Amino acid sequence: MEKEVQVLEDVTIRFAGDSGDGMQLTGTQFTNVSAMMGNDLATLPDFPAEIRAPIGTLYGVSGFQVHIGSGKIHTPGDHSDVLVAMNPAALKVNLRELDTNGIIIANEDQFTEKNLKYAGYEVSPLEDNSLIKYRVFKIRITHLTGLALEDLKLPTKTVDRCKNFFALGLIFWLFSRDSEPTIAWIKDKFKKTPELVEANIRALKAGYNYGVITEAFQSKYEISSAQLPKGKYRNITGNTAMAIGLVTAAQKAGLELFLGSYPITPASDILHDLSKLKNFGVKTFQAEDEIAAIASAIGASFAGDLGMTTTSGPGVSLKGEAIGYAVMTELPLVIVNIQRGGPSTGLPTKTEQSDLNQAIYGRHGEAPLPVIAPATPSDCFIMAFEACRLAIKYMTPVIILSDGYLANGSEPWKIPSPSDFPEIKVEFLTEKNGKLPYSRNEFNARPWIKPGTPNLEHRIGGIEKANISGNISYDPENHHNMVYLRKAKIENIANDIVPAELFGNETGDVLVVGWGSTYGAIRKAVELQQSAGKKVSHLHLRHLYPMAKNVESLLKGFKKVLVPEMNTGQLAGLLRSDFLVPTIQLNKVYGQPFKASEITKKIDEVLRG
Amino acid sequence: MSEVLNKIESIKLTAKDFTSDQDVRWCPGCGDYAILAVVQRTLPEFGIPRENFVFVSGIGCSSRFPYYMNTYGMHTIHGRATAFASGVKGANPDLSVWIVTGDGDALSIGGNHFIHIIRRNFDVNIILFNNEIYGLTKGQYSPTSEVGKVTKSSPYGSIDTPFKPTSVALGAEAGFVAIGIDRDTKHLQEMIRRSHKHKGTSFLEVYQNCVIFNDGTFSALTEKDTKQDSVLYLEHGKPLVYGKENDKGIIMDGLTPKVVSLADGKYSINDLAVHDEHAKDATWAHILSRMNRSADYPQPLGVLRDVERPTYEKGLVNQIELAKGKRGAGNLESLFNEGDVWENN
Repeated sequence: MEKEVQVLEDVTIRFAGDSGDGMQLTGTQFTNVSAMMGNDLATLPDFPAEIRAPIGTLYGVSGFQVHIGSGKIHTPGDHSDVLVAMNPAALKVNLRELDTNGIIIANEDQFTEKNLKYAGYEVSPLEDNSLIKYRVFKIRITHLTGLALEDLKLPTKTVDRCKNFFALGLIFWLFSRDSEPTIAWIKDKFKKTPELVEANIRALKAGYNYGVITEAFQSKYEISSAQLPKGKYRNITGNTAMAIGLVTAAQKAGLELFLGSYPITPASDILHDLSKLKNFGVKTFQAEDEIAAIASAIGASFAGDLGMTTTSGPGVSLKGEAIGYAVMTELPLVIVNIQRGGPSTGLPTKTEQSDLNQAIYGRHGEAPLPVIAPATPSDCFIMAFEACRLAIKYMTPVIILSDGYLANGSEPWKIPSPSDFPEIKVEFLTEKNGKLPYSRNEFNARPWIKPGTPNLEHRIGGIEKANISGNISYDPENHHNMVYLRKAKIENIANDIVPAELFGNETGDVLVVGWGSTYGAIRKAVELQQSAGKKVSHLHLRHLYPMAKNVESLLKGFKKVLVPEMNTGQLAGLLRSDFLVPTIQLNKVYGQPFKASEITKKIDEVLRG
Repeated sequence: MSEVLNKIESIKLTAKDFTSDQDVRWCPGCGDYAILAVVQRTLPEFGIPRENFVFVSGIGCSSRFPYYMNTYGMHTIHGRATAFASGVKGANPDLSVWIVTGDGDALSIGGNHFIHIIRRNFDVNIILFNNEIYGLTKGQYSPTSEVGKVTKSSPYGSIDTPFKPTSVALGAEAGFVAIGIDRDTKHLQEMIRRSHKHKGTSFLEVYQNCVIFNDGTFSALTEKDTKQDSVLYLEHGKPLVYGKENDKGIIMDGLTPKVVSLADGKYSINDLAVHDEHAKDATWAHILSRMNRSADYPQPLGVLRDVERPTYEKGLVNQIELAKGKRGAGNLESLFNEGDVWENN
């Protein structure tokens, strides 16, 4: 039967199942194939902290949401249009995010009495008409996968593990995706076990063919490719972009990269990525703890490498003293904080942006340092480069605030050419030339002097430095001056950064100010307001400390300033205290990114007054 | 050629070349002075250009050490000198890296980093000044203070069980473990030489007298009338003999060392245990590390263990070289274009 083909502008699909069901993999495959077919997209992996939570439980549900389209995609989608639910728990957890009239593809085989009980259903929702608002497709995915693989005589457990590819195949058919990239991926991934190559490809094809032959689906869909600027693209997560950005900066500076790091969710992938890049001269040091991680990085910077450390909020808490030491000793250092829900252990796998105050203020004494934040997954590349530039030029530690959503989320990245990026100038002092360890150049930076350089032997440390000589000093006036010198050095960076990005007019009724990963949701909401004729603009801050020089006048050009944040108002407070501007807050600490609709609604409210 | 000669010429250094222009601020009579002088006197022997030395310390009295050395130096934060030093050595394996620390710095706040640098076996030298007290914070008990010690923070006596730094180091897979003392500078100098010679982490514990807060704690080991009966100087391949008249020795009773007299004719020197620094298994060194004056043993001084194994930084460099050989030197263009790439026309 020839099926009707509908063309969609965009669609949001959520794959959900047990944490061992391979939903992250399934979602990633769908994402990559869609990217290669030219769609713009944004993704939201959403998984529990437990590695293999007990099967069938609500808290063990792992989800992956992907939003693809033929226009510019800013967010992973407020709601999903399609929910693939591999068991009752997955259905229950994700149903509230499914649009009315949305499609549910449920693996009927898993709706057993036991699993229904785990999910808290008394009666199967597939049977009691409770899903009447949706288009439900009950499919015996486990059973059909088994049939497709029957003659391979594989153990039941192995067959069972292929069912996610059946589901993926069906979704490929439904949204007219090309299976070939995934087939190639399977061949590579399982090349050591040919029987798994065969099994997974069969499952994928069986799912696809099920779509072709079943009468259940009346229509299938197409999403045209997006009008992205010309060029080469790849899909990239924030953490991978970060790792590549750090390596690029080190190469452009002609320095060896030394990463001291301790594994922590959601930052570990940067350590994994960088540890593969040893052929770039990258040294990765998996330290015994967070403190050793940063301490080794500072030691490496002292010795002439570009030292860096990657972590999340709990790690930054532990590193606080050492960050202050790097401020005092004025050595280049990059600290990457992939923020997660806090305080304490908090929500390790969920996103939040509640470490802004910690980044700016979280050290004893007056310890200023630049704080910057990427806006999107691919922007992590740019901000990683920027952090290294600032760290080297100004001889200072720099904090990058990414978050769990940016780290694991992905988007198409227009691949730049390495030649697009300038060299980062590094000048090691090799001759005295009248200079001392704490002499300063036109940027207030002190010279970087590597051990091994004759006649420039000197000692650094955490005790206050005498201006210029760098010897220890307890002189009251000297301490006062040094505190202000360090502060002036960092504040002066405001003259050396790009203006904050403004979308819309420079004056108007509402300025929505954001930082970090709220970029996409704010942009979409502001676009909607602007197309409705509202005088609303979006100001996005990538440099949080110091801020770009255009921020103050822009804040003062609007009747109202709205600050949406995934915290209880940290940037809002900063803007108030720095610029004496009243700020209206929109705060959410659900461990989930903002929906564009939530921001739109708030803007409406603010506009109404 | 003249450049080479100049280089060699410049390596002829003296203790003075290693003395910085900073005033030494330890208390008069502090054991640290002697250790500083020995180090400054010994470094010129190594033929290493002065600029290739880096002294790294944590916090505490001993940790002011780098300021007094006219070399590169990092006075870091409490307990973390070993971690900072790991980065220094990792970044530039050509440097001669020395860590100066104390019993509080290395074993209390820095205990974690202490065991891990030893386990990894960076080729660095740790000198731990053990005065069995907290000096810079003005007299609290330390992890090496004896049970019952009355200090400012233990007015009723310390209830903390101390541990032996050398035992901890051996437990952390140390390849080189030695003990010296501030008052025997000739022996200490030899220990510094041996530390330097060992490729891998060397751990040298130095008993050091704190004149203010723990004066005389090592006096049995240093005073003329008690010294010879209290100290056992270890020498590789030699029997464990000590005493004023060389009349005492150590025999092994199973795995337990036992003090015996050589005077009464019951035991001869041939019955004594013989020291083996290079014993592959660390058990022997561990037995020596457990002998201490509070348990009626003589205090062994000298090299307990000297066994080499591959260093961490060598492994690090090898992996980089291997990766470069296998995949070619890193190329950003191909890194950017890894994975599934598509073109939008």
